[in-house]
Parts: sequence; structure tokens; C-alpha cells
Amino acid sequence: MNNDASLITIFVGMVIINNMVLTKFLGLCPFFGVSKKLSNAISMGVAVTFVMLLAAIATSVIYNFILLPYDIEFMNIIIYILVIASLVQIVELIIRRTNIALYNSLGIYLPLITTNCAVLGITLINASNSYSIVQSMVSAVGGGLGFTLVLIIMSGIRERLELGDTPKSLRGLPVAFVTASLLALSFMGFSGLL
Amino acid sequence: MTQQEKPNTNSRRFTKEILKGLVIANPVFVLVLGLCPTLAVTISIDNALGMSAGVIFVLLGSNLIISMLRRITPQLVRIPVYIVVIATFVTILSLVFEAYLPPLYESLGIYLALIVVNCIILGRAEAFASKNTILLSIADAIGIGIGFALSLIIVSFFREILGTGKLTVFGKTLFSIPVLSSDPLAFFIMPPGAFLVLGLLLALFRWLGVLKNE
Repeated sequence: MNNDASLITIFVGMVIINNMVLTKFLGLCPFFGVSKKLSNAISMGVAVTFVMLLAAIATSVIYNFILLPYDIEFMNIIIYILVIASLVQIVELIIRRTNIALYNSLGIYLPLITTNCAVLGITLINASNSYSIVQSMVSAVGGGLGFTLVLIIMSGIRERLELGDTPKSLRGLPVAFVTASLLALSFMGFSGLL
Repeated sequence: MTQQEKPNTNSRRFTKEILKGLVIANPVFVLVLGLCPTLAVTISIDNALGMSAGVIFVLLGSNLIISMLRRITPQLVRIPVYIVVIATFVTILSLVFEAYLPPLYESLGIYLALIVVNCIILGRAEAFASKNTILLSIADAIGIGIGFALSLIIVSFFREILGTGKLTVFGKTLFSIPVLSSDPLAFFIMPPGAFLVLGLLLALFRWLGVLKNE
């Protein structure tokens, strides 16, 4: 059974309405870990979006052509995580061999992506919505861009926050959580969009 | 060391490992790991308890198996081995929840499957179970698991009381606050409330001196 949601609905939904970070709480570790500097945030966002797209293609092919026909959907957790882990390894290897500059700027983030719940999350969301391969790709790109967007906004705010005079016990992570809360609140304004 | 002292020190180390996870190395408030489930499922105490039970089960199982296999796991492929062990336990857990606790399974949704990528579990496998004996790894799993459960319960306690005005555990309402329950602050059940509650709790624990400042 296929889902007939239009591609634009899926894309806009993933980028702002059901934002990975702010409404689904996926990918929070990099969100708080890497959002201190704008340049790191952009690199991380690009790396995650890329891996997400590859993972979505691979897992939806596996889901539609192997798991569904043989009725072994319960195996999806194990298979998906193995696919993602090996994809990350392959991408890391290819980037290191072909573009050393890119590897130096993205390299350290790639191993972290394996345990980024946003990547596994998007593949599970695609499977639970029974998206087709094209729909999965659109939802993965949307999810990745949404993640990047929030990471960039957050790093801009946190760069400013460093300069401010925050109370001692709120300094660092706690105030980042409060900022995320306000950000999530403003993103809730989009909820009536579609 | 005499023979009488040995089991004594062993059991003392066992309790020390358990206590460590509760306060000194509390996964959520000190190490700030495993945030996705902490924020996503703490809408109600019921969900928090279900999630904690799941994480404790997976953590116990994976710590046990990984510490049993620690001598024969090749260094190079250890991470894939850990991931397969963890994913197996998560699959068992999600099948059990789907069969016996369908409402909980529904409300936890994809976050149940996402226990696989919970940094706490892989972190304990890498940092503890791969280097320590089976008994100590079990103690570590119990300590960290209960520490995680405790943090989840604290967060969901505030969110449920503020967001619904009452406290319900397993379908039984323990108490309800007169004005708040008729006009609850729904903000706290929604995503922004989760970030706010966790941020303020972290600040509170630092202010009280339970946690160190950065």
C-alpha cells in the first residue's frame, strides 16, 4: 500500500512543520554538541543531509524489495542500522580518497553520524508512512535541510550568547536548552501551514 | 588478601558501580546523553516508565553479552559487533511490547526502535562492558539504567503536572491540582516545554551544587 502524499507536502512538512530537531527531538546530540560555531554547523548539516539521502534510498529499496515481499519487516531495525553504519564507512572512504579538503572539514563528523538518531529516525519514519522510493528521497532531503536550518539558526544565536552575561548556573548547556525551547515555540507557528 | 575479604570487596565494587550511575555519572543530567528519548517520551510518567524499562532491558542484555564476548571480539570490528548485539535486543523488546503492551508500543512509536542509537547504550558498551567482568558490567547496567529512569521520571513528573494539572500512573489518577487541571499549561506537554523543563532542571541542579558548572 502506497502513501499518496504529494512531494511538496512531504518536503515542507519535513523542513519546518515536523522539524527533526525541534518537534521530533531527533539528532539532539549533534544539535547541542556542534552548534557552537557557524562553520561547524554548516559542515555537520551537509554531512547529515548527504548520509540521510543515501540511507533513505538504500533502506527504502531494501524495505520495498526484500523486507515486504518476504514478510520480514520485524528485521528492519537490525538491517537499517547495519546499512547506515556501512554507508557512513563507505562515504568516509570515498571522500578521503577523492577530496582531501572536504575530508578535513567533514571527516570528524562522519563517524558521529552513525549514532545520530536523525538518520535512523528518517528511515523508520519513511517505512512507517510506507513512502515510495521517490517520496523517501524527498523526505530525507527535507529532514536533512530542516536539521541544517535549525543547526545554523542555533549556532548563530549561541555565538551571540557567548558574549552575553548569563547567570553562572545557566551558562553553557542549560541556556542552550532554553534557547531551543524558544526556537521550538516559534516553529510551532508553522503548524497550521498545510 | 584473605579469602574472607575477597567477596566482600567484590560486592562493595558491585554496589559502587550501581551507585555511580545514579548520581556521579547520571547519564542524562551529568553526561547529557540519550537526549532524544528524554525529551520525546516524557509527556507522561507512564511513557517514561515504559521507556526506562526498555532501556534497562537493552542495557542489561547488551552489557552482559558484550562483556562475555570481550576477549574474542576483534578490536577492528568491535563497533559493528556492539551494534548488532544492541539491535537484536531492541528487536526483541519491540516485538514483546507490540505483543503484550500495544498501547505503550503505540505511544512510544519510533522512539522504541531508536533505543538502538541511544548514545548511553553504545557508550557503556565501549567504555565499560568491553573492559570489565560480567558481574561488574551488570552492576554498571543497573546503575546507569536506574539513573536514566530516575532522570526520565523527574522530567516527566514536572511536564505531566504542569501540562495536564494531574498525575496519572498506570491509569490511576494520584492527585489533581484544582485550578491547573481545568486549565492546564499545555505548553509543557508540547515540544518547547520539554526543552525548557530540561534546561531549567539542569540549571537548578547546578545551582544546588549537585552538578558542576562548566
